Amino acid sequence: MKKNKIAFITGVTGQDGAYLSEFLLKKGYEVHGVIRKSATGNLKNIEHLARWKQRLLDDRDKLNFDQTVDAMVDDAIDALRKKLGLNEPILKRYFYWIINALIGDFGQSHSFGVPVSGLISERLSMTMALAVSGMVLTIIIALTLGIGAAANHRKFGDWGVMFFSQLGIAIPAFWLSILLVILFAVKLRWLPPGGFPGWDDPIIAVKSLILPTVALALVQSAVLARVTRSSALEVMRLDYIRTAKASGFSRRRILWRHVLPNALVPIVTIVGMQFAAVVTGTIVIENVFYLPGLGRLIFQSIANRDLPTVQALVMMFAVIVVTANFIVDLLYLVIDPRLKERN
Amino acid sequence: MKKLPLNLIIGTVLVSIVLGTAFLSLIWTPHNYALMNISDKFHHPNYIYLLGTDQLGRDVLSQLMAASRNSMIVALVAVLLGGSIGTLLGLLASAIGGWVEDLVMRVADIGFAFPALLFAIMLAAVFGPSLTNAVFAIAFINIPIFARISRASGNQIWTRDFVLASRAAGVGRVVITFNHILPNILAPIIVQATIEFAVAILAEAALSYLGLGAQPPAPSWGRMLSEAQTLMYLAPQLAIYPGICIMIAVLGFGLLGDGLRDITDPRLAKVR
Repeated sequence: MKKNKIAFITGVTGQDGAYLSEFLLKKGYEVHGVIRKSATGNLKNIEHLARWKQRLLDDRDKLNFDQTVDAMVDDAIDALRKKLGLNEPILKRYFYWIINALIGDFGQSHSFGVPVSGLISERLSMTMALAVSGMVLTIIIALTLGIGAAANHRKFGDWGVMFFSQLGIAIPAFWLSILLVILFAVKLRWLPPGGFPGWDDPIIAVKSLILPTVALALVQSAVLARVTRSSALEVMRLDYIRTAKASGFSRRRILWRHVLPNALVPIVTIVGMQFAAVVTGTIVIENVFYLPGLGRLIFQSIANRDLPTVQALVMMFAVIVVTANFIVDLLYLVIDPRLKERN
Repeated sequence: MKKLPLNLIIGTVLVSIVLGTAFLSLIWTPHNYALMNISDKFHHPNYIYLLGTDQLGRDVLSQLMAASRNSMIVALVAVLLGGSIGTLLGLLASAIGGWVEDLVMRVADIGFAFPALLFAIMLAAVFGPSLTNAVFAIAFINIPIFARISRASGNQIWTRDFVLASRAAGVGRVVITFNHILPNILAPIIVQATIEFAVAILAEAALSYLGLGAQPPAPSWGRMLSEAQTLMYLAPQLAIYPGICIMIAVLGFGLLGDGLRDITDPRLAKVR
C-alpha cells in the first residue's frame, strides 16, 4: 500500500460523506472524519461533492492533504455519475425512460432508494380520494347554488350567489385552508389541523379529510356555480320551459328535470377543466394539510433533487389531466345524443 | 355617456388601491420591512405597528406594502412576456394560415393541457426554486391563451374589406399585420391581459406559498402566509392580512377585466 494516502474529511456528513468515505476506503485511503452511515447516491451528492472539492482545495494547506485530492474527488464524482447513468447522452436516456415508463418502470428514486412506481402507488389512493371527493362536493355545491340563483334571477339569492362566486375566484385555496384550520381546528377543535393517520380507523381518516375536501371544493365551486347559473338562465328562456310551467309542473320538477339536463353541456365542459384544476389543486392542499399523497411526494422530491421521482410524478399528473379531458369528450355523447348523429 | 358597469367601477377602485400601495412602497413604508425587532415580536396592532408585528418583530404593514410591489412586478413581467409571445404566435398563425396555423394551435393545445403548477415544479426541480423560474412558469401558461385569442380575433379581421383593399394594393402580410390586424385586436387582448394579471397574482402567491417563488428575505404575500401557518396557535391574525391583500388584488383585476370586456364587447355583457 502506498504511503501518505490519508484523507481528512471534515464537515462531510450524511449520505454524501458516507459515499465519499466508502469510495476512498475502496481506493486504499485512510479516512478520518465524522461521518454518519447511509449510502444512496443522488444528484445532490454530485453537487455537494463538487462544492467540497472546492472547499478541500481552498483549505489544502490547513488540512494537510495528499496532493491527489483533486483527482480523487473527481473520481468520486465520476463514479457517482456512472452509477446514476448520467454519462449517457440525454436523448438516449429520455428514450429509455419513455420505453420503461410504458411498462410501468419509472426507475429508482434517488433519495428513497426504492422504485418510483412503488412510491407512487402507495400515495395515489390519498390523492385520488381527495380529488374525487373534492370534485363531487364541488358539483353538489355548484349545481345547488347555480340552479338556485337562476331560479331567483335578479333577486337577493341570485346576488348572493354571484357575490360568493366572485369572492371564491379571488380567494386562494391555500388561504381558505388556513382560515378553515384556524376556525375548526385551532378555535373550535372539532377537526384535526392536518396530517393523516391512515385508513385503519376510518372515522379519524374521514375526519382528517373533511377540511381539505371542503377547501378544494369551495374555491372550485365558485366558478362552476357561475357557469351553471348562466347556462340554466339560457335554458329557462326557451319555450318548452314555459310550456312546462303552463302545464302546472312544480317549480322543483321543472328546474331539476327540465332545466338542468338541458343546461349540462357547458357545465360538463367546465367540470372537465376543473377536474384538472382539482388534481393539481391537491398538490397545494396536501402541502397545507400535510397529507401523504402525490403532492407531498413531489415537494419532498424537489427538496431532495430526486429527478426520477419528479419526472414520473409530473407525467402522472399530466396523464390524469388528459384522461379527464378525454372522459369529458365521451360524456358529451351521453348528455347530448344529437352529437352522435352528427359524427 | 352611458352608465359604467358596476364591476368596472369597483375593479378600478380596488386596482388603484393596490397599485397606489405598490408605488407608495417604493418611496415610503412605515418601517423597514426587513428590520427585525425581536423584543417587539408578536405585537398586536397599535399606533407604532398599525397591523402588529410577526415572529421576528418585523412590521406586518410594511411587509404587506413591499410584497404588493413584488406581486405587481411578477404579474406584470409574466403577463407581458407570455402575452407578447402568445400574441405574436397568434398573429403569425392567422397571417400565414395553413400548416403554420395548425402547428401553432396544436402546440397551444398541448400548453393548455399542462397545468402551470406542474411547469413551475419542473423548473424548480431542474434549476432550483427562484422567483425568476416562477415568472417563467406563469409567463409560459399565458402563451397559449393569448395565441388562441389573437388568432381567433385576427382571423376575423383578415376577412374584412379594408384588409382586402390593402392586399389588393399590394401591401405585404407583415405590414398588414402590424398596421391593421394588431390595432384591431388590441381590445380583446387588453381585456384578457387584465384578467390574466389577476390569475398571475394568484399563481405567484401559490408558488411563493409552496416555496417555489420569492425566496427570503424578499417580501411576498404567499410566503408570509406559509410562515404564518406554522404560527397558527400563537398568532392566527398573521394568517389573515396577506390573504386579504391577495383577495383584494385578484378581485380588483378580475372585476376590471370583466368590466372592460362588458364595455368593449357588449354582446357578452347581455348574456350574463
